[in-house]
Amino acid sequence: MALEVALRHRFGRSGGDGFALDAAFAAPTPGVTALFGPSGCGKSTVLAAVAGLLRPWKGRVALDGVAMLDTARGVFVPPERRRCGVVFQDARLFPHLSVGSNLRFGLRRAPRGADGPGFGAVVALLGVGHLLGRRPAGLSGGEKQRVALGRALLSRPRLLLMDEPLAALDAARRAEVLPFLARLRDAAGLPILYVTHALDEVDALADSLVLLEAGRVVAEGSVEALSVRTDLPAFSARRDAGGLLHCAVLEHDAARGLTRLGFPGGALVTPLRPEPAGARLRLRVRARDVAVATEPPRGLSVHNVLPAELSGVAPVPGAQHEAFLRLAVGPSALLARVTRDAVARLGLRPGMAVWALVKSVAFDHGPEAAAGDARTTGEAAPISPPVRGGAAGASDPVVSAVGTAG
Amino acid sequence: MEAWLAPEEWSAVRLSLEVAARSVAVSLVPAVLAAVLLSRGRFPGRTLFDALVHLPLVVPPVVVGWGLLMLFGVRGPVGSLLHEWFGVRLVFTTEGAALATAVMSFPLIVRAVRLGLDGVDPGLEAAAGTLGAGRLDRFFAVTLPLMSPGILAGAVTAFAAGLGEFGAVITFASNIPGETQTLPLAIYSATQTPGGEAAAGRLALVSFVLAVSGLLLAELIARRMGRLLGRAG
Repeated sequence: MALEVALRHRFGRSGGDGFALDAAFAAPTPGVTALFGPSGCGKSTVLAAVAGLLRPWKGRVALDGVAMLDTARGVFVPPERRRCGVVFQDARLFPHLSVGSNLRFGLRRAPRGADGPGFGAVVALLGVGHLLGRRPAGLSGGEKQRVALGRALLSRPRLLLMDEPLAALDAARRAEVLPFLARLRDAAGLPILYVTHALDEVDALADSLVLLEAGRVVAEGSVEALSVRTDLPAFSARRDAGGLLHCAVLEHDAARGLTRLGFPGGALVTPLRPEPAGARLRLRVRARDVAVATEPPRGLSVHNVLPAELSGVAPVPGAQHEAFLRLAVGPSALLARVTRDAVARLGLRPGMAVWALVKSVAFDHGPEAAAGDARTTGEAAPISPPVRGGAAGASDPVVSAVGTAG
Repeated sequence: MEAWLAPEEWSAVRLSLEVAARSVAVSLVPAVLAAVLLSRGRFPGRTLFDALVHLPLVVPPVVVGWGLLMLFGVRGPVGSLLHEWFGVRLVFTTEGAALATAVMSFPLIVRAVRLGLDGVDPGLEAAAGTLGAGRLDRFFAVTLPLMSPGILAGAVTAFAAGLGEFGAVITFASNIPGETQTLPLAIYSATQTPGGEAAAGRLALVSFVLAVSGLLLAELIARRMGRLLGRAG
């Protein structure tokens, strides 16, 4: 089952400097699909067309085979009958209604027999119980956006559309709302189309990703598969370019201040994490935090020494003296960013068996990561004590002070 | 006040208030509809309609009164039908004075309502649509409450202006004491009467007080509404 979208639309004068959109993709349902790309690439236009707020020149939008829009057959279901809950960047709460009435606006208009989480459950999920009697004008940006999330969810939608719901918030408010988004995703069990230009939101929330550039789909696929694509500057040219690992918390070692995470193909050791054992989380392993060795290394401070197969060598956009190494760790994929000299010196070529070295402290557990109760992302962070390697088969004890890997 | 004003002067004040109130009651709903059509509608002849609505602002009031006389006079195309079918006669009646005042203040309400409507974020209507509200539902649940300060401002302005309507009223409804002689007409009559200066002065003062009270009331309502709609936090 999927949300199928195919759109052609043109703004401004035909043939002039108008903006042309020509995009088609399929988003698996249920699941979170991120529409990702720079400002002005057309992602919000796609969302508006799916919601029915924009009538494209040509196109088809169908959810699980049922068309909401099909210009070839003259189908245009108006927005009020599409049952697409939309969360806008600017919340768009009704200023003349209380928070409670805002939340009930869609609920009161939902078709009979449509089921979903109840009013109380949603209020509890989003922590807005103390705001019900207030007017939207008195709320903070984060509170407004939480109410908007609840209002959309309570309209009993078949599809949730989110148009950069965190973009108008400052860093602290984003960190406040992001975990509620993760909770809502897990509680709603609905397909979600999520428009954003922030990669950390993609890491934290999305299952699959559609990359848009200048009105066209450049790539689509799972977030894990796309984040190690070295041919897509949207990912590879970023400072935090690297692989994403789907992890589960295996065990905590409070005495040593460590957490062991399992992922398909191996395990990782990180500084103690707040998530309970068994929790799923997603870790971004930055390419610049990964080094490789052609022999099992000894005497390192690095915890994580993962046996891997070198599956490819690719140039780094904007850094001609460096190279990306694509590493297969079992079914999981990582990237390492090294100098071209290292590639030549070690004679690195596809097919070679190597050891990937990942510093534990490369993973962040700051407010953003810690706030989520499910998948989370990671970035650079403070110091951790030395401990033995976490990967099976490469578990030489490593005893040394913290050094620099990569 | 009864002691201060002569009985016929007091009746002019009461009549003015009645005519102004009835004129607003008659023109408010059509004016809101016209404002919505002009602000949101896309239809052929929109410019012509716009001009027609604003005509009473630029045409001399006497000419508007004359036009009404032609249309609603006992021998006019509309007036003869009203007289024949319902036995209603508008010329030289209080109802006629209210109609003339309503036509004159119609563009004032339309303009105020349009201002209020233009202040309503279409994004909120779109949001209401995605939440399952159809066109009419969206209008009554979101647009109308949010534009209500504009409607109220229009109504108060039209009421205040209606108290002073002269040309159209005297042409269409004439100057009959107790029937169609509103404040401005009574002031005019007083100035035409030898020794009527004192009466004219008293009535002018009443006019002034009513106008200023109307303005203050409008401001008060606007503030209260703004707070209700969450504009002032």
